[in-house]
Amino acid sequence: MREINVTEITNQIKEMCIEGNHYLSSDMKEALYSAYEKEESVIGKQVLGQLKENLDIASKDMIPICQDTGMAVIFIKVGQEVHFIGGSLEEAINEGVRQGYTEGYLRKSVVKDPIYRENTKDNTPAVIHYEITTGDKVEITFAPKGFGSENMSRVFMLKPADGIEGVKEAIITAVKDAGPNACPPMVIGVGIGGTFEKCALLSKKALTRSFNEEAKEEYIRDLEKEMLEKINSLGIGPGGLGGTQTAFKVNIETYPTHIAGLPVAINICCHVNRHVHRTI
Amino acid sequence: MEKHISAPLSNDTIQNLHSGDYVYITGTIYTARDAAHKRMYEALENGNKLPISLENQIIYYMGPSPAREGRPIGSAGPTTSSRMDKYAPSLLDLGLKGMIGKGKRNQAVIDSIKKNQAVYFAAVGGAGALLSKCIKSSEVVAYDDLGTEAIRKLEVENFPVIVIIDSEGNDLYQTVMQK
Repeated sequence: MREINVTEITNQIKEMCIEGNHYLSSDMKEALYSAYEKEESVIGKQVLGQLKENLDIASKDMIPICQDTGMAVIFIKVGQEVHFIGGSLEEAINEGVRQGYTEGYLRKSVVKDPIYRENTKDNTPAVIHYEITTGDKVEITFAPKGFGSENMSRVFMLKPADGIEGVKEAIITAVKDAGPNACPPMVIGVGIGGTFEKCALLSKKALTRSFNEEAKEEYIRDLEKEMLEKINSLGIGPGGLGGTQTAFKVNIETYPTHIAGLPVAINICCHVNRHVHRTI
Repeated sequence: MEKHISAPLSNDTIQNLHSGDYVYITGTIYTARDAAHKRMYEALENGNKLPISLENQIIYYMGPSPAREGRPIGSAGPTTSSRMDKYAPSLLDLGLKGMIGKGKRNQAVIDSIKKNQAVYFAAVGGAGALLSKCIKSSEVVAYDDLGTEAIRKLEVENFPVIVIIDSEGNDLYQTVMQK
């Protein structure tokens, strides 16, 4: 049994909130630079040039990359040999978000009630996904999610007969509808299988997968490649102003599902696809 | 085409702006997003006056991150405009002449832009750090309790935008997809 004081979790989350909103991971940065080289439209290239400059300013002057510093989504994988001491884990996570968003000059974008909409003023609560695993480590992923792109995300409960063609159509429909609203170039997280909520969770998780990490199944790798090509031939382009660079990457995750169903979720992320991983 | 214009807007300026123009704005603009729009709309429905005069003004759909010490504002990029579609025609009828945001507008807004001879600009979404450099001052002028969603008066210098919908109703997002 390994003891971890929850204040350690608070401190790590606080740092991750600040880091994630000012610096993009190297794979995302490389994707932006490579899109800039590849973009054929003049206005598209200009937009990508602005986005490159924006990243430099954000890290140099400590101004958040985007003013929508998101709702804090946290994936926490806890080894079953870990024993947390010093208080509630959930409260420790939210305290980290509270401190990170307050001390880091990040925007407070969370309202207490979806109908009455009073701002909680410290960006809590976070959306927390717990997972229990073997071992004595704690793995945390902080992925703040802006709502320009979140609002364009979709779940389709397809029929088994719709097959892979149905999945492709669902992805293209979601991306087309998102268009300029989701701040392209986008990253497309897709979850296929499971249940209604499982495929949505898979699609969110897919967004946090490193661009250098490949899908396990060959047909999924092929599908990712095919979808990326199709999306980039839609003409939406950077900022929705036309061009060949509409998406950086399509990441697909799958899970076993029911004999009667084919759930598909498409979680769209803007070009500021933020995620920070740490292991304690 | 690249153009430099000043804000508030004049009718002459608007007539010269065409869908697809790259424009730099210098002058005074106001911010308002979801909650401020809802409140303004309710004020009008109840027969009350708005806290600011909209005549010839530009509204920037934006809620900034907090400013660090010594800076006028934090990150300050556009939010998705379609959420303001419900409210925009009423404000255009009151003399609002420009809107800055990102993303598509519905037909009612496009029609109202044409009718009122106004213009819809987009700034680059997700470039909030870069855009903040063009904002020289920021002052909350109404609805302070809304936090990031309060109405702010901004002084901007060479603020970069693209004309999406011009006063003739041409929509760049549609033209681009037809190509």
